Amino acid sequence: MELLYNIFIDPFVQMGAMPDFLLQVLWEGFVSGILYALLALGFVLIFKASGVFNFAQGIMVVFSALSLVSLYAAGVPAYIALALAILIMAALAVTIERVVLRHLVNQDDIILFMATIGLSYFLIGFGELIFGGEPKAMITEELGLPTGSTTFDIFDGILILQHIDIAAAVIAAILVAVLAIFFSKTRIGRGLRAVADDHQAALSVGISLNQIWAIVWFASGIVALATGIMWGAKSDVSFALQIVALKALPVLILGGFTSVPGAIVGGLIIGFGEKLFEVYWGGLLGGGVEGWFAYVIALIFLLFRPQGLFGEKIIERV
Amino acid sequence: MFYREAGQYKTNYKDDLATFPILQDRIAIGIYLVIAFVAIPIFGNDFFINSMMIPFLIFTLAAIGLNILTGYTGQLSLGTGAFMGVGAYACYKMTTIFPDINIIILVVLSGVFSAGIGAIFGLPSLRIKGFYLVVTTLAAQFFLEWCFIRIPWLYNYNISGAIEVPQREIMGVIITGASASPTARYLVVLSVVVVMTWIASNIIQGRIGRSWMMIRDMDIAAELMGVRPLQAKLSAFAVSSFYCGVAGAMMVFFWLGAAEVESFDVNQSFRILFMVVLGGLGSLVGCYMGAAFIWMLPIMITIAPSIFGLDINAATVEHINFMMIGGLIIFFLIMEPHGLARLWSLAKQKLRVWPFPY
Amino acid sequence: MNAHVNQNSVSAIDNIAKGDVLLQVDNISLSFGGVKAITDISFDIRKGEIRAIIGPNGAGKTSMLNVINGFYHPQEGTISFMGQQRTKMRPYVAASQGISRTFQNVALFSGMSTLDNIMAGRCLKMHKSFFWQIFRHGPALDEEIEHRKVVEDIIEFLEIEHIRKDPVGALPYGLQKRVELARALAAEPILLLLDEPMAGMNLEEKEDMSRFIIEVNEQFGTTIALIEHDMGVVMDLADRVVVLDYGKKIADGKPAEVQADQNVIDAYLGVAH
Repeated sequence: MELLYNIFIDPFVQMGAMPDFLLQVLWEGFVSGILYALLALGFVLIFKASGVFNFAQGIMVVFSALSLVSLYAAGVPAYIALALAILIMAALAVTIERVVLRHLVNQDDIILFMATIGLSYFLIGFGELIFGGEPKAMITEELGLPTGSTTFDIFDGILILQHIDIAAAVIAAILVAVLAIFFSKTRIGRGLRAVADDHQAALSVGISLNQIWAIVWFASGIVALATGIMWGAKSDVSFALQIVALKALPVLILGGFTSVPGAIVGGLIIGFGEKLFEVYWGGLLGGGVEGWFAYVIALIFLLFRPQGLFGEKIIERV
Repeated sequence: MFYREAGQYKTNYKDDLATFPILQDRIAIGIYLVIAFVAIPIFGNDFFINSMMIPFLIFTLAAIGLNILTGYTGQLSLGTGAFMGVGAYACYKMTTIFPDINIIILVVLSGVFSAGIGAIFGLPSLRIKGFYLVVTTLAAQFFLEWCFIRIPWLYNYNISGAIEVPQREIMGVIITGASASPTARYLVVLSVVVVMTWIASNIIQGRIGRSWMMIRDMDIAAELMGVRPLQAKLSAFAVSSFYCGVAGAMMVFFWLGAAEVESFDVNQSFRILFMVVLGGLGSLVGCYMGAAFIWMLPIMITIAPSIFGLDINAATVEHINFMMIGGLIIFFLIMEPHGLARLWSLAKQKLRVWPFPY
Repeated sequence: MNAHVNQNSVSAIDNIAKGDVLLQVDNISLSFGGVKAITDISFDIRKGEIRAIIGPNGAGKTSMLNVINGFYHPQEGTISFMGQQRTKMRPYVAASQGISRTFQNVALFSGMSTLDNIMAGRCLKMHKSFFWQIFRHGPALDEEIEHRKVVEDIIEFLEIEHIRKDPVGALPYGLQKRVELARALAAEPILLLLDEPMAGMNLEEKEDMSRFIIEVNEQFGTTIALIEHDMGVVMDLADRVVVLDYGKKIADGKPAEVQADQNVIDAYLGVAH
């Protein structure tokens, strides 16, 4: 009885009793939701264009952020370091296309997926070799990003908003808008959707698979860099991030693998859900539930709607 | 020259259905077994047995487990580490509660627990496929990891949060705990792995293994031929997790001696997956090759430069190891998706017709 | 092939005389979202006959087969097989009742050998439990050998001995089709569904395949429903033909009758609807 009370009543009583705290939790959830959405966006881009679930997206986030930070530490001015980091991501995209993807055209999804796991291991080793394994601080101020915070007085309490979080939300919104236009309005965007549908068919109408793939990996490299900067500004840049980045998977399950709006909605659902569950219900289970909450939600969701929120139902044929 | 099957005619189906239809292969297996059971315990030093052979065999068993699921049934899993953990914690709890029961029996029984957990997490595989399934296995991975930390009952409320292996003996020989000799532990592990490999090979060649491969190759056609997806997939999850569970229990009891949750984390899952991919999806021999390769690689990276007088620190070895494994995975997926095992059988094929290939 | 064929016919099938209705399809409608694949189709298949389903591309032929063996579930209508009306059933249930099939695009188990593919067709006949499978000696191996003999008979019948141990993925298309037929036959079906068994074959291969189909029908009394585009083949093989167009049935009868039917001629030559 008491257990039922603790599960079904008490959390809501707490929410009602301290609405300012609830708002703070929701804001935290929103912010991590944005980060998840950004992460998922990188996955969606590549999945849309190549049908590859890019396991290495997480390490790309870390890798790009570390390049940026390390370049700055080596004496390169912040904005030039940013430009160079973008160039590095471009070079990485081209290399990955040349060395890996080009040779795996028309392979099974699972083979491509495992290749990206191999890729991510390679990049972990490579990254640690160059940049060292220890966490580094993000150069937030040097990039001109806001660092302060604003405190609001509401509900007899306070709500603290970090400026960097607001900036993250704005940057995410801009990125999404730009990508949406890119996908629907440009020639490359159309080619990209064609490639996503069928590699061979796209090739046969004269779309350059290699070019499209390099572009898409570059685009998701930029998204990765943005994610890395935002994430690094909240905590440090470290290789531990790439395990956290796996949470993009449940986000994608909720949102569907090919939907940009889906990635955002999914990210926010996971972000809100995770924070609320951890704060109000996690204590019952001994805490630390953030590690699996997203996955379990995705698992339950999968059982009822395997195609995701925005995905289309697949008709199987024989 | 000597590897010939000419003249070895099969006059009944029983011979044709044998696991090793070629005489030379049967001889080779016999030789390997003699080396493993006799030569290594006599001539191998403690370092070789403890740091190379035992982990190699245990990882082989885990790789067989994953290969049953991924290589034979086509269901990719990233939860191997956690299923190994279930076996380890189950074994630890059982031997705490029933200290007098033979530890080898408990090790095998602990596989039953992970089989059950594996089957539960395999349930979603009925509705979802491909990397959607990766998410459910990741859910298993992270949820079980959390259990291993947050349920103190599992590790007997030890302050350290670790499970520490008590001393157990069979027939007067100490086989677990700090005072067990490497050779004794090695022989136990070897026996279990050999028997379980034999069983896996039997299952795979029979009716059940065939139904797994049918699901892997063309699940719709399999269902139209009368395979029940529920039975086939869940049995694959259960058998696979059983193997992983036994491997996990042996890893703690016969190798590490003590373990925390880190031994069963997602990186362990990846390591086993790499063994399977490098060794060859859908090949039991490949599991041995993959496990040997992945386990020995860092040792080789450490030793090789020192031959040339170079000294590499441990962190660098680790980084190079990561790079090499990642690179090799990609290389094999591109060049030879069936892994080392396929290269091996190609070599045998060549040998069969050598020196007159035409 | 001898006594083992039609072992499974001990029960219900013997109560149905040759020429009586084996499968009855009544007012079936099937749609995906808003798209109607099949509209209100009824026909029957009689025991022992070769029944052809023909029609232009996209007429709903394959969907019809998918409905018959339980892969698609129609929104309306009923199907009864051997006098038993069925509701939603899973494909493996249809298989266990004796419905077996081949596919339009070859759906072999590409990672397995020819032999294993055909053995796969016998999976419903093998029952030795997990316990025996672990040992592979004794009962499980005996069972394996017993079924291997049956499979070898089918291999001999279809003249594919030479590719017995080859991986099927590497076989030429015509042989793959033949292996697929072998796999379907291995299940000893009461009703065999063939989805374009001769698509993409040259004349010689078509003749071989036609010969096999007739032999299966005559020697083992297997009822066959087949989809085929080659009219010559259909006219020669089929006892009765049902013609579909745009998901509707437009004709049904003996090959000669159907051939003369104005609706059919229109459908094939293309008259404005």
